[in-house]
Amino acid sequence: MSAEDWFREDRLPHIFCAGCGNGTIINCTLEAVDSLGWKIDDTVFVSGIGCSSRAPGYIKTDSLHTTHGRALPFATGVKMAKKDFNVVVFTGDGDLSAIGGNHFIHACRRNIDITVICMNNQIYGMTGGQGSPCTPKGAISTTTPYGMDETPFDLCELASAAGANYVARWTSYHVRELTQAIKNGLQRPGLSFIEVIVQCPTNYGRRNKLRDVQSMITSMKDHALLKEKRDRLLAEGKPIPDDMFVVGTLTDRNRPALGVKE
Amino acid sequence: MQGNDACAEGAMAAGCRFFAGYPITPSSEVAEQMARRLPKVGGTFIQMEDEIASMAAIIGGAWTGVRSMTATSGPGFSLMMENIGYAAFTETPCVVINIQRGGPSTGQPTMAAQGDMLQARFGSHGDYSVIALAPSTVQEMFDLTVKAFNLADRFRVPAFLMSDEIIGHLRERVEFPDEVECIPPKPIKEGMLPFEPEDDLVPGFTPFGRGHRVHVTGLTHNEKGYPASTDPDLHEKLVVRLVEKVERARHEIADYDVVNPEAEIVFISYGAPTRAVRQALLDAPGKTYGHLNLRIVWPFPEGLLKKFPNARVFLVPEMNLGQIAREIQRHVDQPVIPIPRLGGELHIPSYLLKSAGEQE
Repeated sequence: MSAEDWFREDRLPHIFCAGCGNGTIINCTLEAVDSLGWKIDDTVFVSGIGCSSRAPGYIKTDSLHTTHGRALPFATGVKMAKKDFNVVVFTGDGDLSAIGGNHFIHACRRNIDITVICMNNQIYGMTGGQGSPCTPKGAISTTTPYGMDETPFDLCELASAAGANYVARWTSYHVRELTQAIKNGLQRPGLSFIEVIVQCPTNYGRRNKLRDVQSMITSMKDHALLKEKRDRLLAEGKPIPDDMFVVGTLTDRNRPALGVKE
Repeated sequence: MQGNDACAEGAMAAGCRFFAGYPITPSSEVAEQMARRLPKVGGTFIQMEDEIASMAAIIGGAWTGVRSMTATSGPGFSLMMENIGYAAFTETPCVVINIQRGGPSTGQPTMAAQGDMLQARFGSHGDYSVIALAPSTVQEMFDLTVKAFNLADRFRVPAFLMSDEIIGHLRERVEFPDEVECIPPKPIKEGMLPFEPEDDLVPGFTPFGRGHRVHVTGLTHNEKGYPASTDPDLHEKLVVRLVEKVERARHEIADYDVVNPEAEIVFISYGAPTRAVRQALLDAPGKTYGHLNLRIVWPFPEGLLKKFPNARVFLVPEMNLGQIAREIQRHVDQPVIPIPRLGGELHIPSYLLKSAGEQE
């Protein structure tokens, strides 16, 4: 078996735009799943609505592509009805934190034994680039033509505060770190939340002076602050730049979890 | 035993082993009883964060091949509509118990109504069909819950037990059979695709974890289950099939009682008002009024109306402003007179007799 064996090849070509980073995240996920020796017929991928949520359609396992924001309660039903399944959820920033926000905090509170991979492109990509709860302050979207004036969510802090056992953030640039984080998450009992900042040149970059893929990836890389470095800056009493986001393993603990295989 | 408890016992007897729900008056006893009973038989009860999540969870549960159910009342039923449409479109067998209360909105949480009957049929967006059962006794809370599971599995649709606060909280003697008939969904035939219909228009079921590797999506999908949402012909064919697979079986699955078929004045009822009609008929032994009691309201079996060849008028007592009366009028030339009763209390039998008397 290799990661490639998990792809539903008869579904190709995919619908992602040129330059989209979602494929990278699907690759990292399948690398992680395959390296752990998981079996196709014991694994279920679940998603909601949005670009991210098309991912399960390209994977060979049984899969549920559900309604907008509701992937987590569907996944909760699958996992609680049959704990033997390995359940992985693909979601996006709008799906997870706007329409699905309540389900997100409750899935974390239950600490249910599933892995949630959030492709955070900071925009509603599928519907043409409207602002999401993760659109950065000042960013232009079709519904924030004068710049986003609301404060975005920190999804990782939210997951951690709500009770998730494992929380990590990387970007689609950090493929090795991301694959390792997904592997860690898949193995950790309880809810594992992996946020991946991902480029959307078509609907985010285009309106925010990051028109080409390379400038988007460079920008993500340059604004990613390693958790270890952040901690060092804090210890030294130095300021954390406002425009940076922290990457790394942010929470790793073993609180009692729900739906763990017996 | 109370109606809501009998419903839970019916679900247990039918092999329901997954329940996800959210507390709501007057249905909460169903969830409470499932919470007590399921862990003892290796099943799972989970209280979700709202009714949207409850409906989502039971669809997830159903795809693992476990009989799954939720219970609610009006406000929760409204929230479930989004995923009820998903269940209908993805042909997910599942059961929703609706112990109806007075609406709209928060309305009358502790009082009975039948105001969700059209919502049950048409509440989610798009065209689809479902099955709705209506018990009028505590025994039927048990029997029709079992039946709801069998029908949901056979047609691969959400099946609704459209009860109400009166029957849900009524206490009556119930007899549990030693065994109930449980008919699982038919498995997929060798060589067939996961959403390829057989002659009965229903595809064989492909629960997760059995090597089917099925992709289930709420997008318009082809017989493989893959999204194909811009193909006009495919969409039309799929939606028509989903409606037809249920509608064309409406007379075969009809469940009803006919009293005095020769009558000229005929009551038609379902659920709690059936009790008032039965009492009215007992109170007027000298009169020959007809009565059609429906235990399955959707799909509506209009052929049953022909069982009253002399009918001059149909009287339809409902705890709403005439939702099913409207459906009946669609099928007959005779006048159909709604006898609405809002406010939470059942029709008084003497009032029904007065209404019938006015037609003589």
